[in-house]
Amino acid sequence: MDFYLATLVQGLCFSGVALGIFISMKIFNIPDITTGGSYTLGGAVTGMMLTHNHSAYTVLLVVIVAGAISGAITGVIHTKLKINALLAGIIVMTGLYSINLTVMGRSNIPLNNIPTLFSLINISSNPNQNTFLVLLLFVLLLTLIIGYLLKTDFGISMRATGSSETMIRALGVNTDAMKIIGLAIANALTAVSGYLITQSQGYADINMGVSIVIVGLGSVVIAEVFINWLHITSIWLSLSLALLGAIAFEFAVAVTLDLGVDATLLQLVTAIFVLLIVGLPRLSFKTSS
Amino acid sequence: MIDIKQAHKIFNKGKANQVNAINGVDLHIDSKEFVVIVGSNGSGKTTLLNLVAGSVLPSSGSISIDGNDVTKLPDYKRSEWIARVFQNPLSGTASDLSILDNFRLAAIRTKVKGLSVGINEQFKKQVKDKIATLGMGLENKLEQPMGTLSGGQRQALTLLMSVMDTCQVLLLDEPTAALDPHSAKVVMETADKLIKDFNLTAILITHNLKDAFTYGTRIIQMGEGKILKDMPSEKEAALKQNDLFDWFG
Ligand SMILES: Nc1ncnc2c1ncn2[C@@H]1O[C@H](COP(=O)(O)OP(=O)(O)OP(=O)(O)O)[C@@H](O)[C@H]1O
Ligand SMILES: [Mg+2]
Repeated sequence: MDFYLATLVQGLCFSGVALGIFISMKIFNIPDITTGGSYTLGGAVTGMMLTHNHSAYTVLLVVIVAGAISGAITGVIHTKLKINALLAGIIVMTGLYSINLTVMGRSNIPLNNIPTLFSLINISSNPNQNTFLVLLLFVLLLTLIIGYLLKTDFGISMRATGSSETMIRALGVNTDAMKIIGLAIANALTAVSGYLITQSQGYADINMGVSIVIVGLGSVVIAEVFINWLHITSIWLSLSLALLGAIAFEFAVAVTLDLGVDATLLQLVTAIFVLLIVGLPRLSFKTSS
Repeated sequence: MIDIKQAHKIFNKGKANQVNAINGVDLHIDSKEFVVIVGSNGSGKTTLLNLVAGSVLPSSGSISIDGNDVTKLPDYKRSEWIARVFQNPLSGTASDLSILDNFRLAAIRTKVKGLSVGINEQFKKQVKDKIATLGMGLENKLEQPMGTLSGGQRQALTLLMSVMDTCQVLLLDEPTAALDPHSAKVVMETADKLIKDFNLTAILITHNLKDAFTYGTRIIQMGEGKILKDMPSEKEAALKQNDLFDWFG
Protein backbone atom coordinates (compact mmCIF):
# COMPACT_ATOMS: atom_id res chain seq x y z
CA MET A 1 0.00 0.00 0.00
CA ASP A 2 1.33 3.41 -0.78
CA PHE A 3 2.55 5.55 2.08
CA TYR A 4 -0.27 8.13 2.13
CA LEU A 5 -3.08 5.65 1.70
CA ALA A 6 -1.67 3.40 4.43
CA THR A 7 -1.42 6.32 6.82
CA LEU A 8 -4.89 7.53 5.93
CA VAL A 9 -6.31 4.05 6.58
CA GLN A 10 -4.51 3.92 9.91
CA GLY A 11 -5.88 7.33 10.85
CA LEU A 12 -9.42 6.34 9.90
CA CYS A 13 -9.14 3.19 12.00
CA PHE A 14 -8.28 5.39 14.97
CA SER A 15 -11.36 7.57 14.54
CA GLY A 16 -13.26 5.45 17.08
CA VAL A 17 -10.61 6.19 19.68
CA ALA A 18 -10.68 9.88 18.77
CA LEU A 19 -14.47 10.05 19.13
CA GLY A 20 -14.29 8.03 22.34
CA ILE A 21 -11.71 10.28 23.96
CA PHE A 22 -13.63 13.31 22.67
CA ILE A 23 -16.66 12.07 24.60
CA SER A 24 -14.87 11.12 27.81
CA MET A 25 -12.44 14.04 27.94
CA LYS A 26 -14.13 16.93 26.15
CA ILE A 27 -17.75 16.20 26.98
CA PHE A 28 -17.49 14.61 30.43
CA ASN A 29 -14.17 16.07 31.57
CA ILE A 30 -13.13 12.59 32.66
CA PRO A 31 -9.60 11.38 31.84
CA ASP A 32 -10.37 7.80 30.88
CA ILE A 33 -7.47 5.36 30.77
CA THR A 34 -9.71 2.31 30.20
CA THR A 35 -9.05 3.09 26.52
CA GLY A 36 -5.89 0.97 26.31
CA GLY A 37 -7.74 -2.09 27.58
CA SER A 38 -10.98 -1.66 25.67
CA TYR A 39 -9.10 -1.06 22.40
CA THR A 40 -7.19 -4.32 22.81
CA LEU A 41 -10.43 -6.00 23.90
CA GLY A 42 -11.97 -4.94 20.58
CA GLY A 43 -8.98 -6.43 18.77
CA ALA A 44 -8.94 -9.60 20.85
CA VAL A 45 -12.64 -10.31 20.32
CA THR A 46 -12.24 -9.60 16.60
CA GLY A 47 -9.23 -11.90 16.23
CA MET A 48 -10.79 -14.72 18.23
CA MET A 49 -14.23 -14.55 16.61
CA LEU A 50 -13.09 -14.08 13.02
CA THR A 51 -10.77 -17.08 13.29
CA HIS A 52 -13.77 -19.03 14.60
CA ASN A 53 -15.64 -18.17 11.41
CA HIS A 54 -18.09 -15.61 12.77
CA SER A 55 -19.17 -12.93 10.35
CA ALA A 56 -17.62 -9.48 10.68
CA TYR A 57 -21.09 -8.04 11.41
CA THR A 58 -21.71 -10.35 14.37
CA VAL A 59 -18.20 -9.57 15.59
CA LEU A 60 -18.93 -5.84 15.42
CA LEU A 61 -21.96 -6.22 17.68
CA VAL A 62 -20.01 -8.25 20.24
CA VAL A 63 -17.12 -5.76 20.13
CA ILE A 64 -19.48 -2.84 20.81
CA VAL A 65 -21.10 -4.62 23.75
CA ALA A 66 -17.73 -5.73 25.19
CA GLY A 67 -16.29 -2.22 24.93
CA ALA A 68 -19.41 -0.70 26.47
CA ILE A 69 -19.28 -3.10 29.42
CA SER A 70 -15.65 -2.27 30.18
CA GLY A 71 -16.41 1.47 30.05
CA ALA A 72 -19.47 1.02 32.25
CA ILE A 73 -17.38 -0.83 34.84
CA THR A 74 -14.96 2.09 35.00
CA GLY A 75 -17.98 4.40 35.31
CA VAL A 76 -19.49 2.41 38.17
CA ILE A 77 -16.16 2.29 40.04
CA HIS A 78 -15.73 6.03 39.53
CA THR A 79 -19.26 7.19 40.43
CA LYS A 80 -20.51 4.64 42.94
CA LEU A 81 -17.28 3.92 44.83
CA LYS A 82 -16.17 7.56 44.41
CA ILE A 83 -12.76 6.50 43.15
CA ASN A 84 -10.72 8.95 41.09
CA ALA A 85 -11.45 8.43 37.39
CA LEU A 86 -7.79 7.90 36.45
CA LEU A 87 -7.42 5.20 39.10
CA ALA A 88 -10.72 3.57 38.12
CA GLY A 89 -9.51 3.44 34.51
CA ILE A 90 -6.14 1.97 35.48
CA ILE A 91 -7.84 -0.71 37.57
CA VAL A 92 -10.12 -1.76 34.71
CA MET A 93 -7.34 -1.57 32.12
CA THR A 94 -5.11 -3.79 34.26
CA GLY A 95 -7.89 -6.32 34.74
CA LEU A 96 -8.68 -6.26 31.04
CA TYR A 97 -5.14 -7.40 30.19
CA SER A 98 -5.90 -10.84 31.65
CA ILE A 99 -9.36 -10.89 30.08
CA ASN A 100 -7.86 -10.05 26.68
CA LEU A 101 -5.23 -12.75 27.02
CA THR A 102 -7.93 -15.25 28.00
CA VAL A 103 -10.09 -14.24 25.02
CA MET A 104 -7.16 -14.57 22.63
CA GLY A 105 -5.68 -17.71 24.18
CA ARG A 106 -2.23 -16.53 23.05
CA SER A 107 -0.54 -13.21 22.64
CA ASN A 108 -1.02 -12.82 18.88
CA ILE A 109 -3.74 -13.93 16.45
CA PRO A 110 -2.92 -13.57 12.72
CA LEU A 111 -5.95 -13.39 10.44
CA ASN A 112 -4.28 -15.09 7.41
CA ASN A 113 -6.76 -14.28 4.65
CA ILE A 114 -9.84 -14.88 6.77
CA PRO A 115 -12.81 -12.84 5.44
CA THR A 116 -13.04 -9.45 7.15
CA LEU A 117 -15.31 -6.42 6.95
CA PHE A 118 -13.08 -5.18 4.15
CA SER A 119 -13.59 -8.29 2.02
CA LEU A 120 -17.31 -8.59 2.80
CA ILE A 121 -18.07 -5.24 1.21
CA ASN A 122 -16.83 -4.61 -2.33
CA ILE A 123 -16.76 -1.08 -3.59
CA SER A 124 -13.51 -1.07 -5.52
CA SER A 125 -11.61 -3.91 -7.20
CA ASN A 126 -8.34 -2.62 -5.80
CA PRO A 127 -8.22 -4.18 -2.29
CA ASN A 128 -6.32 -1.26 -0.75
CA GLN A 129 -8.70 1.29 -2.19
CA ASN A 130 -11.59 -0.92 -1.13
CA THR A 131 -10.35 -0.95 2.47
CA PHE A 132 -10.06 2.82 2.37
CA LEU A 133 -13.54 3.36 0.94
CA VAL A 134 -15.22 0.90 3.32
CA LEU A 135 -13.46 2.60 6.23
CA LEU A 136 -14.48 6.02 5.02
CA LEU A 137 -18.14 4.98 4.85
CA PHE A 138 -17.91 3.27 8.21
CA VAL A 139 -16.39 6.33 9.89
CA LEU A 140 -18.93 8.62 8.26
CA LEU A 141 -21.75 6.49 9.60
CA LEU A 142 -20.16 6.40 13.06
CA THR A 143 -19.78 10.18 13.09
CA LEU A 144 -23.35 10.70 11.94
CA ILE A 145 -24.66 8.47 14.72
CA ILE A 146 -22.59 10.16 17.45
CA GLY A 147 -23.29 13.64 16.08
CA TYR A 148 -27.00 12.95 16.02
CA LEU A 149 -26.88 11.47 19.52
CA LEU A 150 -25.22 14.61 20.87
CA LYS A 151 -27.95 16.77 19.33
CA THR A 152 -30.81 14.86 20.94
CA ASP A 153 -32.28 15.77 24.31
CA PHE A 154 -30.30 12.88 25.77
CA GLY A 155 -27.12 14.20 24.17
CA ILE A 156 -27.65 17.72 25.49
CA SER A 157 -28.05 16.19 28.97
CA MET A 158 -24.76 14.35 28.44
CA ARG A 159 -23.00 17.57 27.50
CA ALA A 160 -24.55 19.43 30.43
CA THR A 161 -23.36 16.71 32.83
CA GLY A 162 -19.77 17.55 31.94
CA SER A 163 -20.41 21.29 32.08
CA SER A 164 -22.49 21.90 35.22
CA GLU A 165 -23.47 19.00 37.42
CA THR A 166 -25.50 21.08 39.90
CA MET A 167 -27.58 22.48 37.05
CA ILE A 168 -28.33 19.24 35.30
CA ARG A 169 -29.21 17.41 38.53
CA ALA A 170 -31.65 20.20 39.36
CA LEU A 171 -33.10 19.62 35.90
CA GLY A 172 -33.82 15.98 36.65
CA VAL A 173 -30.81 14.06 35.34
CA ASN A 174 -29.07 11.30 37.29
CA THR A 175 -25.48 12.39 36.64
CA ASP A 176 -23.95 9.12 37.87
CA ALA A 177 -25.99 7.13 35.37
CA MET A 178 -25.09 9.67 32.68
CA LYS A 179 -21.35 9.28 33.32
CA ILE A 180 -21.61 5.49 33.29
CA ILE A 181 -23.47 5.57 29.97
CA GLY A 182 -21.00 8.13 28.60
CA LEU A 183 -17.98 6.00 29.47
CA ALA A 184 -19.74 2.97 28.01
CA ILE A 185 -20.26 4.79 24.72
CA ALA A 186 -16.68 6.10 24.70
CA ASN A 187 -15.20 2.65 25.24
CA ALA A 188 -17.56 1.00 22.76
CA LEU A 189 -16.18 3.44 20.18
CA THR A 190 -12.63 2.67 21.27
CA ALA A 191 -13.26 -1.07 20.97
CA VAL A 192 -14.58 -0.46 17.44
CA SER A 193 -11.19 1.06 16.61
CA GLY A 194 -9.57 -2.15 17.84
CA TYR A 195 -11.97 -4.06 15.60
CA LEU A 196 -11.06 -1.97 12.56
CA ILE A 197 -7.31 -1.94 13.04
CA THR A 198 -7.17 -5.70 13.64
CA GLN A 199 -8.84 -6.32 10.30
CA SER A 200 -6.84 -3.68 8.48
CA GLN A 201 -3.42 -4.83 9.75
CA GLY A 202 -4.38 -8.53 9.69
CA TYR A 203 -3.68 -9.51 13.30
CA ALA A 204 -4.61 -8.87 16.90
CA ASP A 205 -1.88 -8.45 19.48
CA ILE A 206 -2.08 -8.36 23.27
CA ASN A 207 0.12 -5.24 23.34
CA MET A 208 -1.67 -3.31 20.58
CA GLY A 209 -3.25 -0.90 23.10
CA VAL A 210 -0.06 0.26 24.75
CA SER A 211 0.10 3.74 23.27
CA ILE A 212 -3.49 4.12 22.12
CA VAL A 213 -4.47 6.63 24.83
CA ILE A 214 -1.89 9.04 23.51
CA VAL A 215 -3.27 8.67 19.97
CA GLY A 216 -6.76 9.57 21.21
CA LEU A 217 -5.46 12.40 23.37
CA GLY A 218 -3.31 13.70 20.53
CA SER A 219 -6.27 13.72 18.13
CA VAL A 220 -8.55 15.52 20.56
CA VAL A 221 -5.86 17.99 21.55
CA ILE A 222 -5.21 18.85 17.89
CA ALA A 223 -8.97 19.31 17.47
CA GLU A 224 -9.16 21.41 20.60
CA VAL A 225 -6.51 23.82 19.35
CA PHE A 226 -8.72 24.59 16.36
CA ILE A 227 -11.96 24.58 18.36
CA ASN A 228 -10.58 27.22 20.72
CA TRP A 229 -8.80 29.17 18.04
CA LEU A 230 -11.83 29.43 15.75
CA HIS A 231 -14.40 29.54 18.61
CA ILE A 232 -16.20 26.53 17.18
CA THR A 233 -19.45 25.60 18.92
CA SER A 234 -20.95 23.27 16.31
CA ILE A 235 -20.99 19.61 17.36
CA TRP A 236 -20.53 18.41 13.78
CA LEU A 237 -17.45 20.55 13.25
CA SER A 238 -15.99 19.51 16.59
CA LEU A 239 -16.44 15.81 15.82
CA SER A 240 -15.01 16.25 12.32
CA LEU A 241 -12.01 18.03 13.79
CA ALA A 242 -11.42 15.13 16.19
CA LEU A 243 -11.41 12.77 13.19
CA LEU A 244 -9.09 15.03 11.25
CA GLY A 245 -6.99 15.18 14.40
CA ALA A 246 -6.59 11.39 14.34
CA ILE A 247 -5.52 11.48 10.70
CA ALA A 248 -3.18 14.43 11.23
CA PHE A 249 -1.68 12.66 14.21
CA GLU A 250 -1.02 9.51 12.20
CA PHE A 251 0.59 11.55 9.44
CA ALA A 252 2.84 13.29 11.92
CA VAL A 253 3.95 9.92 13.26
CA ALA A 254 4.39 8.40 9.79
CA VAL A 255 6.42 11.36 8.56
CA THR A 256 8.61 11.16 11.64
CA LEU A 257 9.32 7.51 10.93
CA ASP A 258 9.85 8.26 7.26
CA LEU A 259 12.44 10.87 8.18
CA GLY A 260 14.53 8.01 9.53
CA VAL A 261 13.76 8.29 13.25
CA ASP A 262 14.46 4.93 14.87
CA ALA A 263 11.20 2.99 15.52
CA THR A 264 12.35 2.26 19.07
CA LEU A 265 12.14 6.00 19.73
CA LEU A 266 8.63 6.26 18.28
CA GLN A 267 6.81 6.38 21.62
CA LEU A 268 9.15 9.09 22.88
CA VAL A 269 8.67 11.13 19.73
CA THR A 270 4.88 10.71 20.02
CA ALA A 271 4.92 11.79 23.66
CA ILE A 272 7.00 14.89 22.84
CA PHE A 273 4.75 15.67 19.90
CA VAL A 274 1.63 15.65 22.09
CA LEU A 275 3.44 17.69 24.73
CA LEU A 276 4.24 20.28 22.08
CA ILE A 277 0.65 20.61 20.84
CA VAL A 278 -0.69 20.82 24.40
CA GLY A 279 2.08 23.05 25.67
CA LEU A 280 2.72 25.55 22.88
CA PRO A 281 -0.67 27.33 22.94
CA ARG A 282 -0.39 27.71 26.71
CA LEU A 283 3.08 29.17 26.49
CA SER A 284 2.05 31.75 23.90
CA PHE A 285 -1.14 32.62 25.83
CA LYS A 286 0.94 33.30 28.91
CA THR A 287 3.22 35.79 27.24
CA SER A 288 0.35 37.63 25.57
CA SER A 289 -1.83 38.03 28.67
CA MET B 1 -47.14 22.14 49.76
CA ILE B 2 -43.92 21.59 51.69
CA ASP B 3 -43.87 19.83 55.04
CA ILE B 4 -40.72 19.50 57.08
CA LYS B 5 -40.97 17.56 60.35
CA GLN B 6 -38.25 17.49 63.02
CA ALA B 7 -35.47 17.79 60.43
CA HIS B 8 -31.88 17.47 61.61
CA LYS B 9 -28.75 17.62 59.49
CA ILE B 10 -25.41 16.78 60.99
CA PHE B 11 -22.32 17.05 58.79
CA ASN B 12 -19.22 14.94 59.61
CA LYS B 13 -20.99 13.14 62.43
CA GLY B 14 -18.70 11.92 65.19
CA LYS B 15 -15.66 13.66 63.77
CA ALA B 16 -13.81 16.61 65.26
CA ASN B 17 -15.34 18.93 62.66
CA GLN B 18 -18.96 17.89 63.30
CA VAL B 19 -21.49 20.60 62.39
CA ASN B 20 -25.12 20.51 63.43
CA ALA B 21 -26.31 22.57 60.47
CA ILE B 22 -30.05 21.96 61.01
CA ASN B 23 -31.29 21.41 64.56
CA GLY B 24 -34.87 20.23 64.59
CA VAL B 25 -36.77 22.33 62.07
CA ASP B 26 -40.55 22.04 61.79
CA LEU B 27 -41.90 23.99 58.88
CA HIS B 28 -45.10 23.90 56.90
CA ILE B 29 -45.36 25.98 53.75
CA ASP B 30 -48.72 26.31 52.03
CA SER B 31 -49.24 26.31 48.31
CA LYS B 32 -48.53 29.73 46.76
CA GLU B 33 -46.78 31.05 49.85
CA PHE B 34 -43.67 33.14 49.17
CA VAL B 35 -41.36 32.62 52.13
CA VAL B 36 -38.35 34.83 52.69
CA ILE B 37 -35.58 33.39 54.88
CA VAL B 38 -33.05 35.64 56.60
CA GLY B 39 -30.32 34.91 59.11
CA SER B 40 -26.61 35.29 59.72
CA ASN B 41 -23.90 33.43 57.81
CA GLY B 42 -23.76 29.75 58.66
CA SER B 43 -27.22 29.74 60.26
CA GLY B 44 -28.32 26.86 58.02
CA LYS B 45 -30.38 28.64 55.36
CA THR B 46 -28.73 27.01 52.35
CA THR B 47 -28.74 23.62 54.07
CA LEU B 48 -32.48 23.96 54.68
CA LEU B 49 -33.02 24.76 50.99
CA ASN B 50 -30.81 21.82 50.02
CA LEU B 51 -32.94 19.56 52.22
CA VAL B 52 -36.04 20.68 50.35
CA ALA B 53 -34.30 20.24 46.98
CA GLY B 54 -32.78 16.90 47.91
CA SER B 55 -29.14 17.74 47.20
CA VAL B 56 -28.64 17.09 50.93
CA LEU B 57 -30.56 14.31 52.70
CA PRO B 58 -31.60 14.79 56.36
CA SER B 59 -29.87 12.91 59.19
CA SER B 60 -33.30 12.50 60.76
CA GLY B 61 -36.81 13.85 60.31
CA SER B 62 -39.06 13.81 57.27
CA ILE B 63 -39.84 16.00 54.29
CA SER B 64 -42.84 15.87 52.02
CA ILE B 65 -43.73 17.85 48.93
CA ASP B 66 -47.26 18.09 47.58
CA GLY B 67 -48.27 15.19 49.83
CA ASN B 68 -45.43 12.89 48.69
CA ASP B 69 -42.85 11.71 51.18
CA VAL B 70 -39.57 12.70 49.54
CA THR B 71 -37.28 12.26 52.57
CA LYS B 72 -35.00 9.78 50.78
CA LEU B 73 -35.57 10.98 47.21
CA PRO B 74 -32.41 12.32 45.46
CA ASP B 75 -32.41 15.83 43.98
CA TYR B 76 -32.80 14.75 40.36
CA LYS B 77 -36.05 13.00 41.20
CA ARG B 78 -37.47 16.05 42.97
CA SER B 79 -37.15 18.19 39.85
CA GLU B 80 -40.69 17.03 39.13
CA TRP B 81 -41.85 19.76 41.52
CA ILE B 82 -38.85 21.97 42.12
CA ALA B 83 -36.88 24.50 40.10
CA ARG B 84 -33.84 26.24 41.59
CA VAL B 85 -31.82 29.39 41.24
CA PHE B 86 -28.45 29.12 42.94
CA GLN B 87 -26.34 31.64 44.83
CA ASN B 88 -23.61 31.14 42.24
CA PRO B 89 -24.80 32.17 38.74
CA LEU B 90 -22.48 29.52 37.25
CA SER B 91 -24.35 26.70 39.00
CA GLY B 92 -27.75 27.25 37.41
CA THR B 93 -26.68 27.13 33.78
CA ALA B 94 -24.17 25.10 31.74
CA SER B 95 -21.39 27.38 30.43
CA ASP B 96 -20.33 25.17 27.52
CA LEU B 97 -23.84 24.85 26.14
CA SER B 98 -25.68 27.43 24.08
CA ILE B 99 -28.53 29.46 25.57
CA LEU B 100 -30.86 27.40 23.42
CA ASP B 101 -29.51 24.06 24.70
CA ASN B 102 -29.85 25.30 28.27
CA PHE B 103 -33.46 26.25 27.65
CA ARG B 104 -34.17 22.94 25.97
CA LEU B 105 -33.04 21.07 29.08
CA ALA B 106 -35.13 23.36 31.25
CA ALA B 107 -38.16 22.76 29.04
CA ILE B 108 -37.95 19.01 29.74
CA ARG B 109 -37.03 19.27 33.43
CA THR B 110 -39.86 16.97 34.50
CA LYS B 111 -39.67 14.72 31.42
CA VAL B 112 -37.50 11.94 30.03
CA LYS B 113 -34.46 13.17 28.09
CA GLY B 114 -34.98 10.99 25.06
CA LEU B 115 -33.28 10.16 21.80
CA SER B 116 -35.06 12.70 19.65
CA VAL B 117 -33.97 16.18 18.66
CA GLY B 118 -36.20 18.60 20.54
CA ILE B 119 -34.86 21.90 19.26
CA ASN B 120 -36.82 23.03 16.22
CA GLU B 121 -37.90 26.37 14.76
CA GLN B 122 -41.02 26.49 16.88
CA PHE B 123 -39.03 25.90 20.05
CA LYS B 124 -36.50 28.56 19.04
CA LYS B 125 -39.26 31.07 18.56
CA GLN B 126 -40.81 30.21 21.91
CA VAL B 127 -37.46 30.73 23.69
CA LYS B 128 -36.78 33.90 21.75
CA ASP B 129 -40.11 35.42 22.79
CA LYS B 130 -39.57 34.43 26.40
CA ILE B 131 -36.10 35.93 26.54
CA ALA B 132 -37.25 39.11 24.83
CA THR B 133 -39.45 39.85 27.86
CA LEU B 134 -36.28 40.47 29.88
CA GLY B 135 -35.34 43.39 27.67
CA MET B 136 -31.65 42.50 27.89
CA GLY B 137 -31.17 42.01 24.15
CA LEU B 138 -30.31 38.35 24.65
CA GLU B 139 -33.00 37.09 22.29
CA ASN B 140 -30.63 37.38 19.34
CA LYS B 141 -27.86 35.41 20.99
CA LEU B 142 -29.58 32.04 21.30
CA GLU B 143 -26.69 30.10 19.77
CA GLN B 144 -24.08 31.76 21.96
CA PRO B 145 -22.52 29.68 24.77
CA MET B 146 -23.92 30.53 28.22
CA GLY B 147 -20.33 31.04 29.38
CA THR B 148 -20.05 34.24 27.35
CA LEU B 149 -22.79 35.98 29.38
CA SER B 150 -22.47 37.98 32.58
CA GLY B 151 -23.57 36.67 35.97
CA GLY B 152 -26.65 38.90 36.01
CA GLN B 153 -27.71 37.79 32.55
CA ARG B 154 -27.26 34.16 33.51
CA GLN B 155 -29.24 34.56 36.73
CA ALA B 156 -32.10 36.21 34.83
CA LEU B 157 -32.08 33.39 32.27
CA THR B 158 -32.00 30.76 35.03
CA LEU B 159 -35.19 32.31 36.39
CA LEU B 160 -36.90 32.13 33.02
CA MET B 161 -35.68 28.55 32.61
CA SER B 162 -37.41 27.56 35.84
CA VAL B 163 -40.84 28.15 34.32
CA MET B 164 -40.10 26.56 30.94
CA ASP B 165 -41.63 23.34 32.29
CA THR B 166 -44.39 22.88 34.88
CA CYS B 167 -43.11 24.12 38.20
CA GLN B 168 -44.68 24.21 41.60
CA VAL B 169 -41.86 25.17 43.93
CA LEU B 170 -39.18 27.75 43.19
CA LEU B 171 -36.11 27.87 45.43
CA LEU B 172 -34.00 31.02 45.30
CA ASP B 173 -30.72 31.04 47.26
CA GLU B 174 -29.43 34.60 47.34
CA PRO B 175 -30.06 34.92 43.59
CA THR B 176 -28.72 38.47 43.52
CA ALA B 177 -25.70 38.07 45.81
CA ALA B 178 -23.18 38.20 42.96
CA LEU B 179 -24.91 40.95 40.98
CA ASP B 180 -24.61 44.72 40.66
CA PRO B 181 -27.57 46.76 42.00
CA HIS B 182 -29.21 47.21 38.60
CA SER B 183 -29.04 43.52 37.59
CA ALA B 184 -30.13 42.58 41.11
CA LYS B 185 -33.24 44.70 40.70
CA VAL B 186 -34.07 43.16 37.30
CA VAL B 187 -33.62 39.64 38.66
CA MET B 188 -35.71 40.22 41.79
CA GLU B 189 -38.51 41.89 39.86
CA THR B 190 -38.50 39.07 37.31
CA ALA B 191 -38.62 36.52 40.11
CA ASP B 192 -41.52 38.26 41.83
CA LYS B 193 -43.45 38.52 38.58
CA LEU B 194 -42.91 34.85 37.67
CA ILE B 195 -43.93 33.71 41.16
CA LYS B 196 -47.18 35.65 40.84
CA ASP B 197 -47.88 34.82 37.18
CA PHE B 198 -47.28 31.09 37.62
CA ASN B 199 -48.76 30.78 41.12
CA LEU B 200 -45.54 29.33 42.48
CA THR B 201 -44.71 28.33 46.01
CA ALA B 202 -41.39 30.05 46.61
CA ILE B 203 -38.59 30.24 49.15
CA LEU B 204 -36.12 33.11 48.89
CA ILE B 205 -32.94 33.41 50.95
CA THR B 206 -31.57 36.90 51.13
CA HIS B 207 -29.17 39.11 53.05
CA ASN B 208 -30.74 42.15 51.47
CA LEU B 209 -32.85 44.00 54.00
CA LYS B 210 -34.85 45.84 51.38
CA ASP B 211 -35.68 42.69 49.41
CA ALA B 212 -36.76 40.91 52.59
CA PHE B 213 -39.07 43.83 53.27
CA THR B 214 -40.39 44.21 49.73
CA TYR B 215 -41.02 40.64 48.66
CA GLY B 216 -42.79 37.59 50.05
CA THR B 217 -45.84 36.72 52.07
CA ARG B 218 -44.02 35.37 55.10
CA ILE B 219 -40.66 35.95 56.68
CA ILE B 220 -38.55 33.51 58.67
CA GLN B 221 -35.40 34.17 60.64
CA MET B 222 -32.94 31.33 61.16
CA GLY B 223 -30.13 30.98 63.67
CA GLU B 224 -27.92 28.05 64.57
CA GLY B 225 -29.95 25.62 62.50
CA LYS B 226 -33.29 26.58 64.04
CA ILE B 227 -36.21 28.77 63.11
CA LEU B 228 -36.02 31.74 65.47
CA LYS B 229 -38.88 33.86 64.19
CA ASP B 230 -41.70 33.14 61.75
CA MET B 231 -44.07 35.92 60.78
CA PRO B 232 -46.98 35.92 58.30
CA SER B 233 -47.52 38.61 55.72
CA GLU B 234 -50.00 40.82 57.61
CA LYS B 235 -47.63 41.29 60.48
CA GLU B 236 -44.68 41.61 58.16
CA ALA B 237 -46.38 44.61 56.57
CA ALA B 238 -46.65 46.18 59.99
CA LEU B 239 -42.99 45.56 60.76
CA LYS B 240 -40.76 48.53 60.69
CA GLN B 241 -37.60 48.26 58.66
CA ASN B 242 -35.68 48.79 61.86
CA ASP B 243 -37.27 45.77 63.52
CA LEU B 244 -36.34 43.71 60.53
CA PHE B 245 -32.84 45.05 60.71
CA ASP B 246 -32.46 43.43 64.14
CA TRP B 247 -33.37 40.08 62.62
CA PHE B 248 -30.24 40.10 60.55
CA GLY B 249 -28.06 40.44 63.61
N1 LIG C 1 -21.37 19.93 52.81
C1 LIG C 1 -21.07 20.40 54.04
N2 LIG C 1 -20.14 19.76 54.80
C2 LIG C 1 -19.83 20.19 56.04
N3 LIG C 1 -20.38 21.28 56.61
C3 LIG C 1 -21.31 21.96 55.91
C4 LIG C 1 -21.69 21.56 54.60
N4 LIG C 1 -22.64 22.43 54.14
C5 LIG C 1 -22.82 23.33 55.13
N5 LIG C 1 -22.03 23.06 56.20
C6 LIG C 1 -21.98 23.79 57.47
O1 LIG C 1 -23.30 23.96 57.94
C7 LIG C 1 -23.49 25.23 58.51
C8 LIG C 1 -24.65 25.92 57.82
O2 LIG C 1 -24.27 26.24 56.48
P1 LIG C 1 -25.24 26.91 55.43
O3 LIG C 1 -24.54 26.93 54.13
O4 LIG C 1 -26.56 26.26 55.49
O5 LIG C 1 -25.35 28.40 56.01
P2 LIG C 1 -26.10 29.67 55.40
O6 LIG C 1 -27.10 30.08 56.41
O7 LIG C 1 -26.58 29.39 54.04
O8 LIG C 1 -24.93 30.74 55.37
P3 LIG C 1 -24.62 31.91 54.31
O9 LIG C 1 -25.49 33.06 54.69
O10 LIG C 1 -23.19 32.22 54.56
O11 LIG C 1 -24.88 31.39 52.94
C9 LIG C 1 -22.18 25.98 58.35
O12 LIG C 1 -21.47 25.88 59.56
C10 LIG C 1 -21.45 25.20 57.27
O13 LIG C 1 -20.08 25.26 57.47
MG1 LIG D 1 -26.03 30.09 52.01
